[in-house]
Amino acid sequence: MALLELQDIHTYYGAIHALKGISIHVDEGEIVTLIGANGAGKSTTLNTICGLQHPRSGSVTLKGESIQHLPAHEIVTRGVAQAPEGRRVFGRLNVTENLEMGAFVRVDKDGIKRDMERVFTLFPRLKERAKQVAGTLSGGEQQMLAIGRALMASPRLLLLDEPSMGLAPILVEAIFDTITEINAQGTTVLLVEQNALIALSVASRGYVMETGSIRLADTAEALRNNEMVRRVYLGET
Amino acid sequence: MNARTRSDWMAPVKSGLMGGLIALLIAMVGLVEVSVKRPILTADGRILLSVGQLLLLLPIILMCYKAVQVFAAGCEKVTDRLGLLATGALSGFFASLVLAALVLLGRVINLRTVFIRASPDLFNTLTFGLGLGGGSVVLLLFGALLGGLVAAITLLPDRIRRPLVLGLALVPLAAILTSALFAGRGFSVPVALLVGVVAAALTFAWRQTQPKLQDRVAALSPSGQRTYQVFRWLLPVAIVLALPRLGAYPSEVLVNVGLFVLMGLGLNIVVGFAGLLDLGYVAFYALGAYAMAVLTSPEMTWHGIHLTFWQALPFAVLASTSAGIILGIPVLGMRGDYLAIVTLGFGEIIRLVFLSDWLKPFLGGSNGITRIPKAVVGSIALDNSPKLYYLILAGCVVAAFVAIRLKDSRLGRAWMAMREDEDVAQAMGIDLIKTKLLAFATGATFSGLSGAIFASKLTSIYPHSFHVLVSINVLGVIIVGGMGSIPGVVVGALALVGLPELLREFAEFRLLMYGAALVFMMLTRPEGLVPEARRKLELHEADGEV
Repeated sequence: MALLELQDIHTYYGAIHALKGISIHVDEGEIVTLIGANGAGKSTTLNTICGLQHPRSGSVTLKGESIQHLPAHEIVTRGVAQAPEGRRVFGRLNVTENLEMGAFVRVDKDGIKRDMERVFTLFPRLKERAKQVAGTLSGGEQQMLAIGRALMASPRLLLLDEPSMGLAPILVEAIFDTITEINAQGTTVLLVEQNALIALSVASRGYVMETGSIRLADTAEALRNNEMVRRVYLGET
Repeated sequence: MNARTRSDWMAPVKSGLMGGLIALLIAMVGLVEVSVKRPILTADGRILLSVGQLLLLLPIILMCYKAVQVFAAGCEKVTDRLGLLATGALSGFFASLVLAALVLLGRVINLRTVFIRASPDLFNTLTFGLGLGGGSVVLLLFGALLGGLVAAITLLPDRIRRPLVLGLALVPLAAILTSALFAGRGFSVPVALLVGVVAAALTFAWRQTQPKLQDRVAALSPSGQRTYQVFRWLLPVAIVLALPRLGAYPSEVLVNVGLFVLMGLGLNIVVGFAGLLDLGYVAFYALGAYAMAVLTSPEMTWHGIHLTFWQALPFAVLASTSAGIILGIPVLGMRGDYLAIVTLGFGEIIRLVFLSDWLKPFLGGSNGITRIPKAVVGSIALDNSPKLYYLILAGCVVAAFVAIRLKDSRLGRAWMAMREDEDVAQAMGIDLIKTKLLAFATGATFSGLSGAIFASKLTSIYPHSFHVLVSINVLGVIIVGGMGSIPGVVVGALALVGLPELLREFAEFRLLMYGAALVFMMLTRPEGLVPEARRKLELHEADGEV
């Protein structure tokens, strides 16, 4: 059984039909990526999964349990955490406090402490800046913090929205190395990216989205070799 | 240092003219005229310095200081001392030039057809009573001297400058306070000198010994440290408890301050902690007061219930709390400006409901409700301000304790996260509905408590006591004090509620001074008088002076 399954999801922003029947699934232990252009509905898909948007029809099931009607704060307790697009760290809180906010729903003090250590091992830069106010971190550090904050919820499924956005290539590489490492440690990852090249290099499977629907679904390798993908998303001629 | 260019000399001239214009404005709106009779310094019954004159001096001093600061900025240590003095003197000169021009103009044409406050008395004040010619010259010299003096003070080493400035600032403050509280006649020159010198000497001594004292305290045994902490708190507590000894009038002022502290602590939770801009906060104050009045006043016969203050208090507070939740539900999805407008409307609706003829048999309409009984503790009726002070003080202490505990709690964290980013907070597992409603409910509770005490203090309440200006006032209190800061609420209430009460002659200028104070605060110290550490950080990280 898939860890996460979306079946025929239709999501609207008022009258705008943003998702037109999305069906995807993510299996335990995978890295799955959603690639596509601006406005294709990638972030809406993530927001629908974590409850910030509710679908008008269709179902979202997590381990066989349907969650599409739950409010966002209850979905977190079921093991889904998101690092939102544009990072959106709590600018006035320091790094440690941001991480603590990530563990808001948890009560196991020892576990929280262990996960804090884990985040600091994954991102040593954050440890150096543990007491620094998040708003003064660099873009790359804020992205690390956003991912670390999501990990603090100890999720089974980690949703990452455009982790490469606005970062220097060398930082992007470092972030994606860490994403692979997080996955190797047992967290399933659903990754939304515009940078198809790097997303397809870490993912095992991928979906290509266009204007609210899934255009292609295949293994990452097959997508890398697909002519349309090469032309449109990898910029090859 | 490079040769100074022309623009270097334009800055002090500009500052000076600006200071002069502010002083001019203060004079023209009549602030000087009403306060020129309140003495600060006297000699043989003659007033040497009045509040009115001080009001004229302050903007000039401030702008001279600014000019000097601009001059000194960028140099590690000021080498060009003469230039610095000249800068101060120049800006002082131009400030007084504006005032001298006013005097001249006032003699040539009759300004009073438009500016009724441009009276001969004002001109006399401006020219030191020396007539037009001599007075103007003296005025210009005085301005230059004042500016030079300001510059000279900034040149002094830190350890002398601070006590000196403090001493100079404390004398007028103490004189105004004593004259307002005890109908005193200001200080005579020797008394003023004594106060100033003692204050300066104490500051000097304190700054010299404080580091040593800290070492001594750090070296104490744990039990000694505890004793030290107890003694350190004992003095302020004793002062706060002894305040009503000052008399009935100061107590009256303090009770009013207390009512606003209580409301401010509540609004601080809603606006400062949770970031929900509530402009209808007076509604909960009104509800608390009316619930108290309806339940206790013998006039209200329709329900056949007559409770004492203490019996009615829980119901009054509960009424406000429920109203907080009831208002909270429809505005759950609103943010920022929209929330502000809706709550503003809510505040007005509540006031109009209390005013309506339709509900007159139940709520008194425009006649209000009278004969509300006073609170009784044991066999003591809290029937005057010094006694009421303790009631409101107890309320404030409880509210402050709750607010402090909430701030560092899980709920406080949730409020903070919600204030920063609602969506992300939700994605972190924070239940927005619960968190928002708790903020509204807690805020409304404090306000209702304040309202209930207010009703029993006045023994009669009318709808017009619950005007929208009360909401704005409370908001002003927390902005001036420092958004999100609990000590800030107390300081803000003292500054915005206490001071205007003391200086009654400024009553008609209250809103003007209010606006001026807010603008001044926003320009110079946007984080408030006693800022919350976090907010200070946020506002100053850009200029790197954290």
